[in-house]
Amino acid sequence: MNWNWDYFWESVPLLLEGLLVTLELTVLGSAVAYVLGLVFALVRRARIPVLSQLMYLFIEVVRSTPLLIQVFIVFYLLWPALGITPSAFVTGVIALGIHYATYTSEVYRAGIEAVPKGQWEAARALSLPRGRVWTGIILPQAVPRVVPALGNYMISMFKETPLLISIGVLDVLNRAKGQGAETFQVIEPYTLAGILFLLISYPSSILVRRLERRVGQL
Amino acid sequence: MSDSTSNIISTILSGLGTTVYATVGGIALTIVLALIAGLAMLSRSRTVRFVSRVYVEGFRGTSEVVQLFWLFFVLPALVGFKLVPLFAGIIVLGLNHGAYGAEIVRGAVQSVPRAQREGAVALSFSPAQRMFRVILPQAVVEMLPPFNNLFIQLMKSTALLYFISAGEITEKGELLRPVYGSQLVLIYGVELLCYLAIAVVITMIMRALERVLARRLGREPPKRERAWARAGAPG
Repeated sequence: MNWNWDYFWESVPLLLEGLLVTLELTVLGSAVAYVLGLVFALVRRARIPVLSQLMYLFIEVVRSTPLLIQVFIVFYLLWPALGITPSAFVTGVIALGIHYATYTSEVYRAGIEAVPKGQWEAARALSLPRGRVWTGIILPQAVPRVVPALGNYMISMFKETPLLISIGVLDVLNRAKGQGAETFQVIEPYTLAGILFLLISYPSSILVRRLERRVGQL
Repeated sequence: MSDSTSNIISTILSGLGTTVYATVGGIALTIVLALIAGLAMLSRSRTVRFVSRVYVEGFRGTSEVVQLFWLFFVLPALVGFKLVPLFAGIIVLGLNHGAYGAEIVRGAVQSVPRAQREGAVALSFSPAQRMFRVILPQAVVEMLPPFNNLFIQLMKSTALLYFISAGEITEKGELLRPVYGSQLVLIYGVELLCYLAIAVVITMIMRALERVLARRLGREPPKRERAWARAGAPG
């Protein structure tokens, strides 16, 4: 074993830059997943013939197949088909966002179903317009309950971003790889990458657990 | 069927074996590690609890891809020998999902009603009999649905073996991509179908197990559902 502390500390600034990219991917990807997931959930709930069933099929296929292939599909198949060339970073955000939207849509669905029936009936009794029912009554009750679950998915996404190395996104892992390739010393940068992930995701998961306990008391 | 079509399909299918081996091997290791670590987290000994906590949080807290890179590229530099890619893949899949599974085991064991434990004590069962004859058989039924999700998660993670060139489906597809650039729809379509098929098989097996074990406990077997209608776990 030939561990070199100097080299380890030397790698820190470079990997921190990569960590910033990873965090950006996570935050933007989650934003896409949170919005798109709600749209998916509402489309499925709307019971529009064909469209709702297609939505269901799409969700199940995306959820049961590897994210890595979905990244390849967006990058090599979808963009050329649309005739556009977004960067690898944008591809990452979109692919992560769509993949996780299929999970968050289920979370929203459960949250919406947890809203007591009486709330729907009361809204109907007041003859509120449909949009008002959703934005004024149902969603304000459904969303706070699902916040911890959404937080958990953000943490999962954070830990999955390194697979975007496959299309060249310069995240933590890719910086570590680059550093290792330059010096032929891979132990320190890869270990540091692991430590950085742990430093972010462990405290976050404790926070989410605390949030869960608080929401459980709602 | 044209030559290129059959070539694409047969090349991708040639990776199916490795994907299945990785999935089955990973699942086997996951079950073992999850049971050990899950029960260890409920141990009376502080040290045992601490060690299993470190394992669980360590593997859940660091990224699976990073773990794979570490095991495959760093370990050889440390110990002087390189693992066969498929073997390295199985170890990482098992260690990673075993950590998630440990929490499932812990939760399921804790969810067994107190009275069952007390009943076993009243019958003066030994602690081992209590665990293996009373608590675990009931806890296992609770574990099956979350383990179903976890196994599908693991199956999807086998695609990461692409990074260490283990020769599974995703890698085969990526080898084809430069050659058959005009047939990407077919390439990715076949890949997705393979993964979907494995996911459905896993769910079918788990559902069957659930029915058998529930019946053995004298419980109402769960209702039949569509094979792939399940609550999702994060990818």
